[in-house]
Amino acid sequence: MSDALIEIRGLKKTYRMGDIDVHALRGVDLTVERGEFIAVCGPSGSGKSTLFYILGGLTQATGGQVLIDGRDLTRMNDSQRTAIRRELVGFVFQRYNLLPTLSAADNIAMARYIAGSSKFRSKQDTEWFRQTLELLGVAHRLHHKPRSLSGGEQQRVAIARAIVNHPVLLLADEPTGNLDTENSETVLKLLVDLNERLGQTILMITHNPEAAAYAHRIVNMRDGRIV
Amino acid sequence: MINKLVIENLKHRWVRTVLSATAVGVQVTMILTLVGVSYGTLDDLSRRSRGAGADILIRPPGSSIISLSTAPMPEKILDFVRSMPHVAVATGTIVQPIGGTNSVTGIDLESFEKMSGGFRFLSGGPFRNPEDVIIDEYWARQFRLSVGSPMHFMDRTWRVSGIVEPGKLARIFLPLKLVQELSANTGKLTMVYVKLDDPRHLADAMAALKNQLPTYQIYSIEEFVSQISVNNLPQLKTFIYVVIGVAVVVGFLVVFLSMYTAVLERTREIGILKSLGATPALILGILIRETIVLSLIGSVFGILFTYGTRWAIMRFVPGSLNQIIVPEWWPVASLVALVGSLLGALYPGWIAAKQDPIEALSYE
Ligand SMILES: Nc1ncnc2c1ncn2[C@@H]1O[C@H](COP(=O)(O)OP(=O)(O)OP(=O)(O)O)[C@@H](O)[C@H]1O
Ligand SMILES: [Mg+2]
Repeated sequence: MSDALIEIRGLKKTYRMGDIDVHALRGVDLTVERGEFIAVCGPSGSGKSTLFYILGGLTQATGGQVLIDGRDLTRMNDSQRTAIRRELVGFVFQRYNLLPTLSAADNIAMARYIAGSSKFRSKQDTEWFRQTLELLGVAHRLHHKPRSLSGGEQQRVAIARAIVNHPVLLLADEPTGNLDTENSETVLKLLVDLNERLGQTILMITHNPEAAAYAHRIVNMRDGRIV
Repeated sequence: MINKLVIENLKHRWVRTVLSATAVGVQVTMILTLVGVSYGTLDDLSRRSRGAGADILIRPPGSSIISLSTAPMPEKILDFVRSMPHVAVATGTIVQPIGGTNSVTGIDLESFEKMSGGFRFLSGGPFRNPEDVIIDEYWARQFRLSVGSPMHFMDRTWRVSGIVEPGKLARIFLPLKLVQELSANTGKLTMVYVKLDDPRHLADAMAALKNQLPTYQIYSIEEFVSQISVNNLPQLKTFIYVVIGVAVVVGFLVVFLSMYTAVLERTREIGILKSLGATPALILGILIRETIVLSLIGSVFGILFTYGTRWAIMRFVPGSLNQIIVPEWWPVASLVALVGSLLGALYPGWIAAKQDPIEALSYE
């Protein structure tokens, strides 16, 4: 085996809705190298988000194998998958998903708190994070609550929150879906920057070919398969 | 960090927070007011019993200590008691119920005043006419009576001749002879009060009385007063427990509703926390802390409310009820509120903890 970060083999996911089975993933194979920036494209309902939820440990696969950093997600129980979310992945969503009652800074602090304070509390880490906030251009907006931030600002705070615990994998589900062209561009450039400077591995879902063009590689999905 | 989230959540929906805390507060007040009224009313009864100025009480044979039953004893016992050593004053009363827990006390004004040190009239004065009645200030306040006001009981119309400072045995006084006649108890007493020349002779005097009147119930005033307690009123105790039970149920329902809506409303936020790797225990912990804060605020509200109920009782019904603040019960009532609240938070917390994060995150 190579030193691929992610190895997905024959991944299947079936949702049960009452009596009907919805086959969201019908056998996905994908390998992601460390430091790659991949765009995942495909029509609505093709299973892109489902793939992310499984990679991020938010839901259990129905079949197949998913190795992240050598660990098989498909064999994990709930609490092991919770640990994956805490330690290995960071999520960025289309709808930002910041906690509305907390300030931007506290949203980020909450992610750190949940991950546990044992990890990364060094001086260098604090300095690294300060620079990251600088880079994201939100350092001066941190004491605001999400509702008084623009969409672009909220998304940049969400990115800061996603990377604060140094995830091996950043999963971004249509991160520019709610943003205008200008803000989209800013966010996409930031993702590229994170990828280039920190070697952050990124998977990004997008419907927008222009956004997809920022990635190293584009993966197309259709009907629960990669085509 | 979690505490911050809890506080911010409570602040964010402050109307709900205030309403829930108020409801918990009402429940705490319910308990504290009932306890305060029980203690206060009994306390007042003790104080008034002491206010008669007697050292020893004599009740007819076979009577129970607290009841106002009118099993009478002959009046001539007074002369006998007065002839005993160390007895300075002896006076007899007859108590006649006039509906509810209220009663009128017939007194021999002269010897009663001698024993109790005399009434302090706030207005009016002693009996002069056959229809005259003396009442205390609380009774006057509750029923808005003043000197000259008419009162109706025992099938008659009476007229207030004087209003006295509270604290001397009873609230409504009539001349002894009159009550005896009207209740067909001529020459009979329900209670004899004895004052000694010196309280140091209490033991001797008690022994002598018991020796001479073996079938009678003879208590020192302290014995008597010590019997006036919630512990000797099993129905009242049961009632307090029932109210505590109701309070737990009310607290349970209030917090259940409040937390249940909070969980439904925060589906997405719970999903976010889960996507960040929050464990079910952490989610449950957030709700439990919110509940604890709610019930603590509620307890403080409840304690403050009892000062309001005390004021209202003293203002409007001081003749029937008395409320005191009983700080020893504050932790009890708060604990009751907390238990009810935590029970109420259990199911919503469980729902939140096991909520599917992707449903929370993918749907509006
Ligand atoms: N929680 C769920 N329960 C049942 N069916 C679901 C659930 N989530 C997704 N599906 C179904 O699974 C299929 C794949 O959905 P998914 O959200 O992965 O698609 P997608 O590619 O992300 O689409 P979009 O571009 O619209 O976000 C769809 O048919 C969808 O209806
Ligand atoms: Mg999707």
